[in-house]
Amino acid sequence: MIEIEAVTKLYDDVAVVDNVSMVIEPRTVTVVVGTSGSGKTTLLRMINRLVEPSSGAIRLDGEDNRSIPGHELRRRIGYAIQGHGLFPHRTVAENIATVPGLLGWEKSRIAAKVEELLTLFQLDPKMFGSRYPHELSGGQQQRVGVARALAAEPNVLLMDEPFGALDPIIRAKAQDDLLAIQKHFGTTIVLVTHDMDEAFYLADKIAVMDKGRVLQYGPPAELVRAPAAPFVETLIGDAERPFRLLSAAKIGAAVEPGEADGEPIGEDGTQQEALADLLWSGRKALPVVSASGAPMGRVTLDALLKCAARPQ
Amino acid sequence: MRAWLPTILRGLLLLVLIAFLVTPGSFEPLLRPLVQPNAPAIYNQGSLLALTLLHLRTVFIATLVATVIAVLLAILVTRSFGAEFLQLSRSLVNIGQTFPPVAVLALAVPAVGFGEKPTLIALFLYGLLPIFENTLTGLTNLPRSVMEAARGAGMTDFQRLLQIELPLSLPVIVAGIRLSMVISLSTATIGSTVAAKTLGEVIIAGLQSNNLAFILQGGLIVGALAVLIYDGLSAAEAMLTRRAGST
Repeated sequence: MIEIEAVTKLYDDVAVVDNVSMVIEPRTVTVVVGTSGSGKTTLLRMINRLVEPSSGAIRLDGEDNRSIPGHELRRRIGYAIQGHGLFPHRTVAENIATVPGLLGWEKSRIAAKVEELLTLFQLDPKMFGSRYPHELSGGQQQRVGVARALAAEPNVLLMDEPFGALDPIIRAKAQDDLLAIQKHFGTTIVLVTHDMDEAFYLADKIAVMDKGRVLQYGPPAELVRAPAAPFVETLIGDAERPFRLLSAAKIGAAVEPGEADGEPIGEDGTQQEALADLLWSGRKALPVVSASGAPMGRVTLDALLKCAARPQ
Repeated sequence: MRAWLPTILRGLLLLVLIAFLVTPGSFEPLLRPLVQPNAPAIYNQGSLLALTLLHLRTVFIATLVATVIAVLLAILVTRSFGAEFLQLSRSLVNIGQTFPPVAVLALAVPAVGFGEKPTLIALFLYGLLPIFENTLTGLTNLPRSVMEAARGAGMTDFQRLLQIELPLSLPVIVAGIRLSMVISLSTATIGSTVAAKTLGEVIIAGLQSNNLAFILQGGLIVGALAVLIYDGLSAAEAMLTRRAGST
């Protein structure tokens, strides 16, 4: 759990982050969105003390983050950034081994961890371990960057626009991978982005920041249903509202008993995907199956349209 | 085939240089036409090999000390606690470069006497600037995202310096050392005006006795050394650049 309490950061008497308080639940994905200059990156960097707050406090699992030296704190918190920041003079394996090495892990333990992470990120350890970052594609570099951030098994992973430099196809893949990894390790992820699609796709909770303040902090659907400020509405976009609602909800939530013909769809996809499938195939209903492939019922066009309508 | 040509030429140059230093006498027929009858065509007031080695020793010592001081100074002024010394250090190092080595020799002799010492001082001062400026460039132009990642990973300031900043700056630092060393190789010859044992002796002896062969062999040895050392360090630099990653 990350508790941010009345945190303010002043640069030359201007508040870049202005009296922000929020609680981030463990094992969730929290996305901080806002325009550039909204203070979202500064807020993120205060959690691992790359930036020291002017006032206020941040507690990680109840412990003030100033109770240990900054560099020791940062070894416990994963940190992944835009443009990956891999060390160009070190191999992929050496890059991933950075924090375990700083923590003084035994060699065999480091090697096992590197291999585990490379495999998890679908990079063959034998083939990629000894390569240098410039020999990898953009998507591979980004995966190594996230693997490095996770190497010391941190409870918390901070990500600053980690997918900003990727092309759309690789970005979608990277986002899926991130969610899978988050499930696998149960990591608490705080991610900063200006991409609302990304926010709605990844987030359990979204915090909208503007001019250093958090305007609204809540589940994605709540932001659409009850935007707390005109800025939140603008950010979501009037034309996007129904689709945002659908993209934030799982198919499983709209399942009803019954039969339907054709190719089934998995229950953990988004409702937006189900709608797209229905519209494209010209059907009125789709069969739904669970992750293990067992039939669960169907999802109908009418049900989805209801889900997408303005809540009463 | 083409790519091998420079390497072959350098190898030949090295072989000729070694052959000349070990058996200068065998080159006498080549140099004989340059001198008046009865005058010696090969330097005869000492061993050319010994002078070359002493010349190199002087240059190596001066460059080594200049490297240590310049790199330490550049590290100091790029730390947050040393930033205010940046302008001062720049000025000092620039004065070292602007002040002519001959003037340094003239001023140093009364203080430290004749011989190798004043030469070392002059070469050291003259060699500081390229190394200092290059190290400064290297340390201040590191990719921002890499530095950010190093901090975010929990490296201390010292760990960042040793593990990231210096290795990544090394090619640029070596380029500075290369420049400094080549300048020192030629400048060291004037050390012989204050009785330092360098190849300048050969050139000065030639000037005094109007012996063109002496002047030529002194100059050519220094020139060959400079070319070979320049190439050697360039190769080292290219290797380091590759190792530091080309991204």
